[in-house]
Amino acid sequence: MLIESGSPVAADTRIGISLTINGEARQLQVAPWTTLLDLLREELDLTGSKKGCDHGQCGACTVLVDGVRINSCLALAVMKDGAAITTVEGLAGLANRGAGSDGLHPIQEAFIEHDAFQCGYCTPGQLCSSIGMMNEGHAHTRDEIREAMSGNICRCGAYTNIVDAIEDVMQGEAAR
Amino acid sequence: MNRFEYVRAGTVAEAVQAFASGAESRFIAGGTNLVDLMKYNVERPDRLVDITRLPLDSIEEHEGGLRIGALVTNATAAYDERVQARYPVLSSAILAGATGQLRNAATMGGNLNQRTRCYYFYDEATPCNKRQPGSGCAAIGGVNRIHAILGASEHCIATHPSDMCVALAALQATIRLAGPEGERQLAIADYHRLPGDAPQQDTNLKPGEIVLSVDLPAEDFSRHYTYLKLRDRLSYAFALVSVAAILELDADVIRTARFALGGVAHKPWRDAEAEALLQGRAPTREVFEEAADHVVRHAQPQSQNAFKIELARRAIVRGLTQAAAGTPQPLSDKRIA
Repeated sequence: MLIESGSPVAADTRIGISLTINGEARQLQVAPWTTLLDLLREELDLTGSKKGCDHGQCGACTVLVDGVRINSCLALAVMKDGAAITTVEGLAGLANRGAGSDGLHPIQEAFIEHDAFQCGYCTPGQLCSSIGMMNEGHAHTRDEIREAMSGNICRCGAYTNIVDAIEDVMQGEAAR
Repeated sequence: MNRFEYVRAGTVAEAVQAFASGAESRFIAGGTNLVDLMKYNVERPDRLVDITRLPLDSIEEHEGGLRIGALVTNATAAYDERVQARYPVLSSAILAGATGQLRNAATMGGNLNQRTRCYYFYDEATPCNKRQPGSGCAAIGGVNRIHAILGASEHCIATHPSDMCVALAALQATIRLAGPEGERQLAIADYHRLPGDAPQQDTNLKPGEIVLSVDLPAEDFSRHYTYLKLRDRLSYAFALVSVAAILELDADVIRTARFALGGVAHKPWRDAEAEALLQGRAPTREVFEEAADHVVRHAQPQSQNAFKIELARRAIVRGLTQAAAGTPQPLSDKRIA
């Protein structure tokens, strides 16, 4: 059903929402308790975003909502009605970002170049978080990048190389 | 997560009405704390009132100070140029908490109303007077190194986890509310409460009240301030002890001194007597130690957190020293010096 301001929607009712996901407009029916992460993974088969802790502690579920990085595990999908969501699957397609030769986003290229992952589980979140952090524009030094990326845990310990990759892209953008 | 009704409110009146007509309603905005607690079954609302579309998301000039809407995100507030220029202790405190992702979602109102991170509060299998009144407190005599040393009761030793609220306490912010009985204001000092025999109540909000804004007074503490946060790891951890300190100095004499502690009590902790001790004195280590000793004079340790008393004492001295010197602790500089 469609939502009407101020009117309660009974539990067990699916609610119609509109989301733009990786550039594609979608009309969806969601239960009110479905998190954005569960919607992406379980209903839309976008399994790049990971359910690491499901409590906002690990950052593996990080996605961009209207260009802003958030933990998708702590967001209810119904509350994001009207938003544009970008997941790791959509990074290569981000407009005007100067995708590289194989179509990847520059931050993806840099992660490969700098060996910024080992098992790769946290990487989708690290990538989305990196882009969100660069959009924010507050981190400039290595120390500031480390602090700004503290919401993304990497249990393989690739932190040094992750910072290298981010710095590389930031310097590239500054030079552009 | 339990099943619940969902209401999307378009106006404050609609939100207040929707809340009141549910049996066990909760307002939801950023959701970073509430959704988490719902996943643990600690919160089981039968109705969520989505307030994210209310017009409470701006920062405006107000009586010489700033009025920060309840839905302004923590990130937006912390990076706002006016907040950074005029209330840097608030900006610094907000940025000391959580992570980039969480601060992008979490709101001013939600930060005020976040619940404790006491392990037992989160664990349904253990007694907790805050979660289930009358069931007991497993933290007393349990794993309690993060717990309160000031203002606790035999019923609850939980601490308030916010960094932001510690700065608001030092700044003497006013919280503007709306509820079924209309609008009112609460001083930040009266917003949160000590546990006493009703630890299930974190705040003095009346049922169904919603935060409209956080109002900052027209005062300038942009020169002598610090937010010093001591924790088990260097980022993304709650404070063991934190200090928000703001001073007004006049030719090496302290004209105004305010400081609040985080991580030590059920609410941001201020001690008017200790602040008065600083008034009219020179900003020296001896004077700061006197004030710090005064704050911890009634501190009561639990079985595992006696270290916090000395930690709090030293944090106060260091915080006041940083504030007096005009050398606030930058967040990306992790050196303890």
